[in-house]
Amino acid sequence: MTDILKHEAAMAPVDPERELLTDPDEVNALVTSLSPGQMVVRRFRQHKVAMVALGVFLLIALWIILAPITARYGEIEILAPFNGKRGFNPPGSKAWFGTDELNRDLYSRVIWGGRVSLFIGLTVAVFSSIIGTAVGAIAGYRGGLIDDVLMRTTDLFLAFPTLVLLLVMRNLFDNISLLSWLFGDLKSIRFIIVLLVALSWMSVARIVRGAVLSLKEREFVEASVALGSSAPRIVLRHLIPNAIGPIIVSLTTSVVAAIVAESTLAFFGFGIDPVYRTSWGGLLGAAKGQVLTGKWWMIVFPGTIFVVTIMCINFIGDALRDAFDPKQGQGRR
Amino acid sequence: MLQFVIRRLLWAIPTLLLVTFLVFVAIRVGTDPVQSYLRLNPRASAKKILQYREANGLVGSIPEQYLRWLGKFVTGNWGKSIKGSRPVWPSIKEALSNTFILGAFASVIGITVGLGIGIVASLKQYSKFDSASSAGAFIGLSIPPYISAVLLQLLFAYYFTKWFNTDGPFLPPSGEYPVGYTGGFNPVLRLKHLILPGTVVAIQTIAVYSRYMRASLLEVKNSDYMRTARAKGISETRVIVRHALRNAMIPIVTVAAIDVGAIIGGLIITERIFGYNGMGDFFLTAFENGDFPQLMPWLVLVVISLIAFNLLADVTYAFLDPRIRL
Repeated sequence: MTDILKHEAAMAPVDPERELLTDPDEVNALVTSLSPGQMVVRRFRQHKVAMVALGVFLLIALWIILAPITARYGEIEILAPFNGKRGFNPPGSKAWFGTDELNRDLYSRVIWGGRVSLFIGLTVAVFSSIIGTAVGAIAGYRGGLIDDVLMRTTDLFLAFPTLVLLLVMRNLFDNISLLSWLFGDLKSIRFIIVLLVALSWMSVARIVRGAVLSLKEREFVEASVALGSSAPRIVLRHLIPNAIGPIIVSLTTSVVAAIVAESTLAFFGFGIDPVYRTSWGGLLGAAKGQVLTGKWWMIVFPGTIFVVTIMCINFIGDALRDAFDPKQGQGRR
Repeated sequence: MLQFVIRRLLWAIPTLLLVTFLVFVAIRVGTDPVQSYLRLNPRASAKKILQYREANGLVGSIPEQYLRWLGKFVTGNWGKSIKGSRPVWPSIKEALSNTFILGAFASVIGITVGLGIGIVASLKQYSKFDSASSAGAFIGLSIPPYISAVLLQLLFAYYFTKWFNTDGPFLPPSGEYPVGYTGGFNPVLRLKHLILPGTVVAIQTIAVYSRYMRASLLEVKNSDYMRTARAKGISETRVIVRHALRNAMIPIVTVAAIDVGAIIGGLIITERIFGYNGMGDFFLTAFENGDFPQLMPWLVLVVISLIAFNLLADVTYAFLDPRIRL
């Protein structure tokens, strides 16, 4: 580094006023060295679209988290008839996004539903990342039987159409009484979260396994083995920290996958109980039959918020991928 | 090659047995066919229930039931649905052909357009077209089919009908034919009903394939043999078509084969929203009714198609890329 700097300084037109740097310490002080983490943050911040996406996402998140302040009515509050209508009031000053069949304010319900959707998305992503990382790291490091079983099971699960898998497993888990302490009630938020975690940790495990397989052949792992480190220490101190990039990227994809999976279930009426709570998928599902009679607000508002949120998380994930692995990102933007 | 195909086909049999057994257990534990029977015939006597259990092979332990089901299935005795007691095979055959039509329509359009966009985008990397198509693909991938489907219904079945004052809906939002249509096969009507569901599927396909094609062609474009081909003095068109495209298509063809295999079970969302009587809608209806005799054949067909098209993908890969030996 210093040599190049010296070289450049020598090649630059000589400024008689300016002294040439010759002391290596002084040169080093000018070249700020960054930790890998700082480099990731810096590369991420250079990604303009992702920064905009992050801003928009934080705004939406804030709008949703502050539901008690931002929402105008309660989650299942039925408004008294107005404009002579008991339901399906188009957007107006009383209900900004219009109302649904029971005259519930759609604007408030988009916020309350967003709470459920984002909560499910984030919780599922965190839990499936933890389980997936643990299993993937062990399978990748140990190899052998655990690895084979994990990979074959994952292949089997990934082969089926997602919705078929979700529905069949939903019924299966609901009918195994041994698991009822874990899953809770079929139409609860908890059931959806456990169901999605049970099915989505496998793809994280696959990614972590792949990363660990290549990392464990590297010299620093060999060095650690030579120094007498135990297997848990190698996995926890060397393999997982070095695989943090793919883990975080798969965390963002898991958030999107979980939000989409939950709303698919809710759209077809297999989600949480719509009498007490709602989610974005539930709101979109309610629009299903209504657009043919021109109730455009039922799909346009929840649909826009949903797609914008998904797009923001996708952009953030894409930028994180480039930021963690700039070599792989060549040719992408 | 032949040996490889035979070995894979032989492997498919135990795979199929294992998968159907697991699915059988999952469905048997998850849905109680007797319950779904009682839901439809609430006043059925104990004798009737016993008859029903015996007719559907629901006596004995689950492995026994599986073997009995397997025996009947293999000998072509697919039984009758619980709801309406229709024979399973004719309705699944109809669903299969409907899905095939929708899948072929959407895949042909989606893959052709997607590949076209991908080729232009990578030949003109960093151009306006490239960034526009990238952004478009990103948006397309972020819109789940149930949102695009409902939006298309709103626009083409409601607003266009209003604006153009057409008799029926401008584009029909559901079914394969208008309600109450009894005439035979009518290609114009059929096509009109295919446009909206086909578009929903095609949007996703276009988004995915334009990205694949762009990435694949970019990788080929920078390879040494492209430089060699140009150095030999071959015309630019020939370099692109014969050298670049041919090689870039190899991974795409395999992905396409796997995707086509997944269509048979995978258009559930679109088919349900558009009331299209295909395999996806068939599954969802059978699932909602707990219709066990319909679910199992459906799953067997889906698994067979997945295995078959995966094999096809491997074989075509080896066929197209002589470096691969099976």
